[in-house]
Amino acid sequence: MIPQFLWDHAPAMTVAVPLLAAFLCPLIGKFTATGRKAWVLAAAAATSALALFTAWRVYTLGTWVYVFGATVPNLSVPPDSGGIPIRIIFEVDAMSALMLVIVAIVGFSVILYSLSADGKRSGLEGYYTLFLLLIASIVGMVSTGDLFNFFVFFEISGLASAALVAYRVEAGRAVEAGLKYFVVSTLAGIFMLFVIAILYGQYNALNIAMLASRMQFTMLDKIALVLIIGALATKAGSVPMHFWTPDAYALAPSSVTALLVVASQASLYGLFRLIFTLYNLSLNAATVGWVLIILGVLSMFVGVTMAIPQKDVKRLMAYHAISQTGYMLLGVGTGLAVLGNVAMLDAFGRMAMEGGIFHIINHAIYKGLLFLTAGAIIYRVGTRDMNRMGGLGHRMKWTMIFFMIGALAIAGIPPFNGFASKLMIYESVYLFNPVLAIIAMVVSILTLASFVKVFHSIFMGPQLPEYEHVEEAPTAMLWGMGILAALVILFGLFPQQVVDSLITPAANALLDQSGYLASILGGA
Amino acid sequence: MQMSKIVRLSADIMYPFVVIFGLYVIMHGHITPGGGFQGGAVVATGAALVIVAYAFHDVKAMIPKILLYLQESGGLLLFIGAGLAGMLLGFPFFFNWLANSGSLFGTPIVPLGPNPGELNTGGFLPLMNIAVGIEVWGGLTLVILYMISGVGKEEY
Amino acid sequence: MFANLPYLTVVVLTVIGLSIILLKRNMVKVTMGLNILTSAVNLLIIVLGYREGGIAPIYTLAPQTYMVLPTPQALCLTSIVIGVATTALLLSFTMVIYRKYGTVNVAEMRELKE
Repeated sequence: MIPQFLWDHAPAMTVAVPLLAAFLCPLIGKFTATGRKAWVLAAAAATSALALFTAWRVYTLGTWVYVFGATVPNLSVPPDSGGIPIRIIFEVDAMSALMLVIVAIVGFSVILYSLSADGKRSGLEGYYTLFLLLIASIVGMVSTGDLFNFFVFFEISGLASAALVAYRVEAGRAVEAGLKYFVVSTLAGIFMLFVIAILYGQYNALNIAMLASRMQFTMLDKIALVLIIGALATKAGSVPMHFWTPDAYALAPSSVTALLVVASQASLYGLFRLIFTLYNLSLNAATVGWVLIILGVLSMFVGVTMAIPQKDVKRLMAYHAISQTGYMLLGVGTGLAVLGNVAMLDAFGRMAMEGGIFHIINHAIYKGLLFLTAGAIIYRVGTRDMNRMGGLGHRMKWTMIFFMIGALAIAGIPPFNGFASKLMIYESVYLFNPVLAIIAMVVSILTLASFVKVFHSIFMGPQLPEYEHVEEAPTAMLWGMGILAALVILFGLFPQQVVDSLITPAANALLDQSGYLASILGGA
Repeated sequence: MQMSKIVRLSADIMYPFVVIFGLYVIMHGHITPGGGFQGGAVVATGAALVIVAYAFHDVKAMIPKILLYLQESGGLLLFIGAGLAGMLLGFPFFFNWLANSGSLFGTPIVPLGPNPGELNTGGFLPLMNIAVGIEVWGGLTLVILYMISGVGKEEY
Repeated sequence: MFANLPYLTVVVLTVIGLSIILLKRNMVKVTMGLNILTSAVNLLIIVLGYREGGIAPIYTLAPQTYMVLPTPQALCLTSIVIGVATTALLLSFTMVIYRKYGTVNVAEMRELKE
């Protein structure tokens, strides 16, 4: 049923298809505009299908190694190379497969939404080219097994997303936000390049598996670890480096913001991949784990307290995105802190990591949903200021339902998916250190409080006279939001099945460094 | 407003040589230092020389915008097409399907180890260098022209 | 000390680049500072590939087989290309902001507040 071609080449096709579509987009757009919309939708559907197929095959059959430019796709160590893996190698293991699932779901919903939300902008051939390039770069970032390839896709995503954030040139503030974001992102990229130079200079290898097998934790490697945490946590939006997040998320077009969330999480994935697979037990796990936990707790707290007084609805949601990133760092940091201690790892360390990783996919889905609903409201009403909105629940019923689903999910109310992952984080972190779990619960309550405020000020109240003409959002937007909302409910109703089939293999793949090495080094 | 007669005359004389040198760097990218991006940047510098010497209004008439857009898109498509073409023959993405193949860029079969080698055995690397060179030429010239239009009063 | 001279140059360039980005108020100067920082890292990458007494990594009629490493040269090239794209985008942003706000001073383009 599935052609043999896909069985052999799907990881490369998942990157090649959006690239090809992005390069053909301006040409097609010059002739017809409707043709461009159909082309972009077809490209997004094809990319999502390929990503889901790759993820399915990795979950059922194990890690997929794909070598670019070899004679057969899985020949990572050619017979005449002396036992060293050569060429760029894409290694898709279960954690990468989870990120591919996220990109597939959110990427398709966002493009479906953007067909009607961004239909009236000018300069659209550049817009969709950059959009598809951003999707291609996120797919590349999560699939690759080569450190320099990761850096190249990281820079492509920074360029594409900065240009998309500054897209609305006629309003000067969007360009200011894009400028701020781009300077921070470039600085992070330069520090990543320093790390590559340090690691390459010591071990003469760029492949993550090869570096991991040659790693001795010298002083230079400690410096490299600090730079990795600094650069990748900056792009993920955690607290001491979070200043670009509110501006960039608030002023980008709404479909771009939902995809920026996924790009930030791809950087977070890069951080976890480099810490767990490149260093693993050679580093001082307790110290680095506590560093991640402290970053997480600061992000949670600062994010939610800065969110409460906001008047701009998207800026408020951006601060909540910072806060939820803190949950992921807290969960995985707890798992890292007990990495050396097998008893504690089995007791609560694995559950903490599963909670953190489950929160990644949950956050992408409900945060994407929230940003898309905010975009629908702004599209109809024309302003982002919540003090001027009110009584929209009378007219925009579906948008109100989707917003309510997203808000309850982010606050951690059962039966939505936020509750499942937050409960796993609370339980396991409580066994590690009770104070952290209590801080996490307080932050969750404050999240609920701020979203009650937002819901009330936008949707409740009497119908305002200046919004008499406001109708429901267009159909394509509703379908895009509907896909994400259905997944929020689905993941919330069956969390045990989701954890067993998607999350536990991902956490095990992250913890199991020898399996990763064996796929590339121990034979073909 | 244009530059003086001396500058315009120098640009007229220098421009073909700069373009030829840039094309040389692109074409020999697999043997000498250089390659796609470097050669494309040199050719774009030649275009920048002309843009600086003449008024923007005349330059707009000299270089049609659609040609630069086609160059940009065409170069990118040629690059990724060369990468995907290996997949049609059953090999992975970006496999060097022209090397050692007896046709265009792979004529003599290469023996291993240090030897007095053959020059024309690059496989699809010269093809990709040409693709990147065309793309960078079009892209950088467009960047320069758009930036000048952003500074001045004329729209591009 | 002369054996370490390239590494000292890298350190000096990094410090200059970082101090420009942190201390200067003009956006064009910040772009130049990012460029200097990128050049510092490119120099570090190239210097790491050097081998004392090695020749250029070309196999044709090679007089010896002890060669400098070719991989850092490819890494540096990719990094230079990324630097060009970064500089072009930053300068475009600066131009648009100058047209909208009338200033390239970072302290004055603060319309986005809490």
